Amino acid sequence: MAIITEKALPSLPPPAHTVGFKAWAKQNLFATPTNSVITVLMVLFILWALIPVVQWAFIDADWAGTKRTDCTSGGACWAFTLVRFNQFIYGFYPEAEQWRVNVAALILAVGLGLLMYKKTPAKAYIGLFMVIIYPVIAFILLRGGFFDLPVVETSKWGGLTLTLVLSIVGIVASLPLGILLALGRRSELPIIRSLCIAFIELWRGVPLITVLFMASVMLPLFLPEGTSFDKLLRALIGITLFEAAYLAEVVRSGLQAIPKGQYEAGKALGLSYWQSTGLVILPQALKLVIPGIVNTFISLFKDTSLVMIIGLFDLLNIVQIAAADPIWLGSQVEGFVFAAIVYWMFCFGMSRYSQYLERQLNTGHKR
Amino acid sequence: MENNVAIQLIGVNKWYGEFHVLRDVNLNVERGERIVICGPSGSGKSTMIRCINRLEEHQQGQIIVDNVELTNDLKNIDQIRREVGMVFQHFNLFPHLTVLENCCLAPMWVRKVPRKEAERVAMEYLEKVKIPHQAKKYPGQLSGGQQQRVAIARSLCMNPRIMLFDEPTSALDPEMIKEVLDTMIELAESGMTMLCVTHEMGFAKTVADRVIFMDGGQVIEMNTPDEFFNHPQHERTQLFLSQILAH
Amino acid sequence: MANATPQAAPSKPSLWNDPQKRGILIQVLVLAAIFAFFGFIFYNTLSNYAQRGISTGFGFLNNTAGFGISQTLIPYQESDNYWQVFKVGLLNTLLVAGLGIVTATILGFIVGVARLSKNWLLSTSAAVYIETFRNIPVLLQIVFLYALLLKILPSAKESYSFAEAVFVNKRGFYVPEPIPQAGFDWTIWAFVLAVALVIVLRWIARKVQEKTGQQWPMFWIGVALIIGAPLVTYFMTGRPLEWSLPVLKGFNFQGGIRVIPELVVLWIALSVYTAAFIAEIVRSGIQSVSHGQTEAANALGLRHNQTLKLVVIPQAMRVIIPQLTSQYLNLTKNTSLATAIAYPDLVAVFAGTTLNQSGQAIEIIFMTMMFYLSVSLLISLFMNWYNNKMALVER
Repeated sequence: MAIITEKALPSLPPPAHTVGFKAWAKQNLFATPTNSVITVLMVLFILWALIPVVQWAFIDADWAGTKRTDCTSGGACWAFTLVRFNQFIYGFYPEAEQWRVNVAALILAVGLGLLMYKKTPAKAYIGLFMVIIYPVIAFILLRGGFFDLPVVETSKWGGLTLTLVLSIVGIVASLPLGILLALGRRSELPIIRSLCIAFIELWRGVPLITVLFMASVMLPLFLPEGTSFDKLLRALIGITLFEAAYLAEVVRSGLQAIPKGQYEAGKALGLSYWQSTGLVILPQALKLVIPGIVNTFISLFKDTSLVMIIGLFDLLNIVQIAAADPIWLGSQVEGFVFAAIVYWMFCFGMSRYSQYLERQLNTGHKR
Repeated sequence: MENNVAIQLIGVNKWYGEFHVLRDVNLNVERGERIVICGPSGSGKSTMIRCINRLEEHQQGQIIVDNVELTNDLKNIDQIRREVGMVFQHFNLFPHLTVLENCCLAPMWVRKVPRKEAERVAMEYLEKVKIPHQAKKYPGQLSGGQQQRVAIARSLCMNPRIMLFDEPTSALDPEMIKEVLDTMIELAESGMTMLCVTHEMGFAKTVADRVIFMDGGQVIEMNTPDEFFNHPQHERTQLFLSQILAH
Repeated sequence: MANATPQAAPSKPSLWNDPQKRGILIQVLVLAAIFAFFGFIFYNTLSNYAQRGISTGFGFLNNTAGFGISQTLIPYQESDNYWQVFKVGLLNTLLVAGLGIVTATILGFIVGVARLSKNWLLSTSAAVYIETFRNIPVLLQIVFLYALLLKILPSAKESYSFAEAVFVNKRGFYVPEPIPQAGFDWTIWAFVLAVALVIVLRWIARKVQEKTGQQWPMFWIGVALIIGAPLVTYFMTGRPLEWSLPVLKGFNFQGGIRVIPELVVLWIALSVYTAAFIAEIVRSGIQSVSHGQTEAANALGLRHNQTLKLVVIPQAMRVIIPQLTSQYLNLTKNTSLATAIAYPDLVAVFAGTTLNQSGQAIEIIFMTMMFYLSVSLLISLFMNWYNNKMALVER
């Protein structure tokens, strides 16, 4: 009855019929008859959908030309996007001054790169620099009027530049407001709490477009006669108020995740409300909600395309306007494909980054 | 095949991708036999008993349960799963159903038993595991030990001939282990065929007919509890026992 | 703290150091600031209105609109007033939102389940779908589809025709219009009866299962009854339904129902976009049910379908439904993008054209926002009710 195995059996390779491409295909493509049918149908569907697209976008495409009639192959007219590329990126920003946009973008890229790189020292300072000092630098660079830089009116800003300005200013400006609202919503003072809830739910309940309408037609009515201000600024105010409500909910979820013991420890150390909030609670809560903030930023980045409706020349609008040019009439689809690729690269990249952060946070918590 | 054999594993091999988890496992379990399987984590013991009701697929060899061979045929798999009950480390009770509903679900939908009858049987088993008064509660309202006893009752409601236990006490707080072990001992005394993966050596000594030690995906040693604990033969068994009995 | 002498009677804390009084003071100050702010705005608005010669209030709703609307679900003509415009726009918004919610849900569930398929090609295609459509602004998708459609669709003369009953061209999609004749009521009644019968049968089936353990194939019985009964009645009563087919007369079609291309574009684009999000919700909802649950069900002998129906779906739905409703809300809010392609929704005809004509910015934006706010309030009420009802009982 007793069995004792003396020698350890060697680790054998799996049987041939369970490895390799054939086994993989058998398991993942043709496991059952239904599965095989699905695979065949999917292949047919993909071919049916992809062949005309490839034909249009590559085989029959024209890459060179200065007007629509130069595109004669019947496919996509990429010449349009190439010729108008500069405008898509910078809008109507004077060509001689475009280096200023590039410098601002470069600082941004370096700053973000440093922040995203794991081993960067003194991240907190870089973060503060990016949130507080960088906007000032970028504004001086873009608008000009200081240090002999000629003024470039905001009405000339456009394209991808404007899209980035809208979304970055929107998120940076709405973060402090969002934090205050989140704290207010958890406040013990009933009036403060209800005001914050009302504010948050009001903005979250209406579409951004009505907010933009409001900013563009109602804001002038709210101010004393004769005061008028920038269209871009009006849009930014609308976006900031709107986005603050969403960020407030993101920050609140972080505040809720902080264990009660942390609040009690803060009180026990004799810290005042603002001290314990600022030194103990918020740093932890904000770290938790970075993925949420990135996700909010992604939807804001997509939503900036709505400013088209109040007449700002963001990436989407500038494409539409360029395609309305008589010499390029009929090139809308090419322009939209270009814009879609740009938006997609930004959003997909950021969503991958936020998923990566989430995984990091999760593993960090388990330990 | 002799009708006295409940489970038969013949030359079973299994791979996770390239990793060889079960290496030529051979095992005969007779009806009414109680077997305890132990071994370090990653030794393949859980994988082996999960192969017996086809929660995992083996790639080589034969597994015959109750005279039915496990193949890709869904009919065979269904038939075997009805006769084989399983208790998991993390209980896996259905949180959206009450204790009673947890117990009645499979009898009603698989065995097509009328509800009244299913409930009567369920209450019988809940009484056996000593928690009939919790029948209307949800799993989330019970302690870990109570949940595991419900899980045992839930399996028994299907009237299985064989019970598999996959580390049933290792997710429990120490004070709750005993109530679950008592239930299992009672079940063993009723003559149920049992395969238990567990580190509870006291349980092994009291009820097991045989103890199996697995390591590196193979059966290293198999013996009566007496011999196994007092005269372990293989050096790895000795090492394992000294580690596990040390605390 | 440490240097407070225990002997001294507790001195009355100053106003600022008494937490309760300080709280009241802060709130009073905040409230005062807000009143001042709104007062300032109110005063400015009144003087601005006066200066532009616009009268305040909702009286303008009685004024004649004087513009046409390309799609009206209720009777409307140019001589109707702004209140009628509001109603027309509101219904158009609800129409596209309702259509979008239905198709986005169906598409989203299909893609979400496909994402979890064991078939590699299917799950990868679903992933590509999700990642493509949710990372492109929905407004871009709308204008893109609109441009594409106008580019590939023919003019009225060269309409695509399907069986000489459905015509597609730049001006719209023309489909036959069913015109019920005398006796069609019977078919409707048969349908209503079938639905009622199925409800009763389901109840009986449950009782039968509880008594005898027998299970009836209720899904198939239900499908057969609900489709079969009206169909049989329809043919027995002599097919009392006539179809008004669209016919090309001159440059345009007459008869049938014309679906404007803007509606089609908005419907498709919103469905496709929202479906990408719903698919992710469905996927994460199903994956949130731990693997142990499926294993336990399998170990008990439940079949794959039974496991899904009795164990996985009831638990996944708790995760899915709240997120699903918030997607419905998003879709409803996104219908406001209709403005970009001139689909006559509430924002386009009311917050757009009406506002431009009348200048009553405050009143119009207020009414528009109130509409969306009430929709979102209704949805959050539902969500709270559902969450309370479905919350798992825990210790």
